[in-house]
Amino acid sequence: MNPTDTTNRPGVSIAGVGAQSTGAPTPDVADPVMELSGVSVYYGAYEAVRDTSMPIQEKQITAMIGPSGCGKSTILRSLNRMNDLIPGARVSGSVTYHGQDLYTKDVDPIEVRRRIGMVFQKPNPFPKSIYDNVAYGPRVTGMKVASMDDLVEKALRDAALWDEVKDKLKTSGLALSGGQQQRLCIARTIAVRPEIILMDEPCSALDPIATAKIEDLMSELSNDYTIVIVTHNMQQAARVSHYTAFFTAEVDERQERHGRLVEFSQTGKLFTNPADKRTEDYITGRFG
Amino acid sequence: MSTPTITTETRPDPSASGNALTQRRSRPGEVAFRLAMQACLLIAFGVLAALLTWVLVKGWNRLDSRLWTEMPTGLVSRLDGAGVQSALVGTLWIISLVALICLPIGILSAIYLEEYADNTRWYNRLLELNIQNLAGVPSIIFGILGLGIIARALGLGFTVITAAIVLSLLVLPVVIIATREAIRAVPQSIRHASYALGATKWQTVSRQVLPSAVPGIATGSILALSRAIGEAAPLIVLGAVTFITFNPDGLDSGYTALPIQIYTFITRSQSEYTELAAGAIVLLLAIVLAMNSIAIFVRNRFEKRW
Repeated sequence: MNPTDTTNRPGVSIAGVGAQSTGAPTPDVADPVMELSGVSVYYGAYEAVRDTSMPIQEKQITAMIGPSGCGKSTILRSLNRMNDLIPGARVSGSVTYHGQDLYTKDVDPIEVRRRIGMVFQKPNPFPKSIYDNVAYGPRVTGMKVASMDDLVEKALRDAALWDEVKDKLKTSGLALSGGQQQRLCIARTIAVRPEIILMDEPCSALDPIATAKIEDLMSELSNDYTIVIVTHNMQQAARVSHYTAFFTAEVDERQERHGRLVEFSQTGKLFTNPADKRTEDYITGRFG
Repeated sequence: MSTPTITTETRPDPSASGNALTQRRSRPGEVAFRLAMQACLLIAFGVLAALLTWVLVKGWNRLDSRLWTEMPTGLVSRLDGAGVQSALVGTLWIISLVALICLPIGILSAIYLEEYADNTRWYNRLLELNIQNLAGVPSIIFGILGLGIIARALGLGFTVITAAIVLSLLVLPVVIIATREAIRAVPQSIRHASYALGATKWQTVSRQVLPSAVPGIATGSILALSRAIGEAAPLIVLGAVTFITFNPDGLDSGYTALPIQIYTFITRSQSEYTELAAGAIVLLLAIVLAMNSIAIFVRNRFEKRW
């Protein structure tokens, strides 16, 4: 099958790109900053996610939802080549960033990750001071900075953490609460001024109050950054995102599970008027 | 076959009199196991205590500055003014050289195996297996290897540097294994966080993984060095001289070392020699104990909690 053929595939409706497959009104979209077409991710011989095509719109929040094992985190990690770190992982199809395929031979994954940052499920500050956590990225990437102090302050302010930590920048990042640690990780990520921030279930280890803070922060950050978030929490996707991709796991004839993109559309539409029966069942809580 | 079912009848009846929670039942299995463990601990500790007491009592008269200010002698008549200075200095020479040789090699090998080597390749797995095996090779074999290759074929002779190279090879697997354990204990999430910020592999290893692994690496290295200090077997075939009245003054110098010196003392029949040997044992134990204390201090002081 031609991997770039995103249209006329049964069961997959792509609003915005291959809009003719659904007949739904096309959301008015500019050129996407990233685009996946026919992306499959393999771990060894096992195909974890099959044939995914969707755009990532600039300065918008794109959410990926779906039941466990549907491949949404796998797809997320393929967007900045974090999958390279897993032995045996392989990506087919194309992931483009401003038209450049990220998986051609001459692409340097280090450079990709400088532009496309990532926040992880479990807050993972470095065992260093708050200041050094934020300054680490600019230091290792050799960013030209006039004043590291200013840069650290700006990043911590942007991550809505400055007021809570400004008097203890020299204390360990591990001494913060879980929610503060996660905002520190966000500050650390935006300190290198990426264009896109990937978030892999950033609130799943946090309490509701810390979650609300991170959600507010995401909305704030979407003025300057393109955000892609994987979440188990459908309400969260509905609250914060502009676009939503619904993934599910299919079992094939050999009893192997493969993640699959079912529906991609504007968040409002996906939650109120899903095109696919499986999406509707999932968001109304009938499965998953 | 019917599956056994748990019915409410098996529950203790809360209203019944005489099944009060305060009635302690005796549990013989618990007690027996606890006693067995304590007995084992007592055996290990008791033997150690007996040894320590014996050498302390035996060597008590020799535990003074003569030990490290005077040279050993082969003449019983001069024993009163004898010590083990040349052996002590020889041991310090050797152990410093072992540290210089084996720590860089061992730590870099471990970093390669843990962070860079592709474990799906057969040659890397073979390397790993062989390092494990090397750790189990008897030390005398290393001594014979050193005699054949380093002392004779390479022509380095019976010198300080030959002894240091052989002891380095001997404890290298220990350093590699300890360093790998320490590196492996650094959570994967730290590496991922570093990569996600655009750090390179070497930046991630040198700025995140190694600093976090330092306590474990230091502990393992010091323990490896203290093993090298006590090692006598390879030095016997490597020409450690039994009575030497000068200190090593260079890499190509002849030498002796504390374990060898102790060995030659106790093979003599005179009780004065036994006393001197006991004194030297206390000195050797003190050095090893000091090094192990440093290891424990480093581990507690710099240990990271995740």
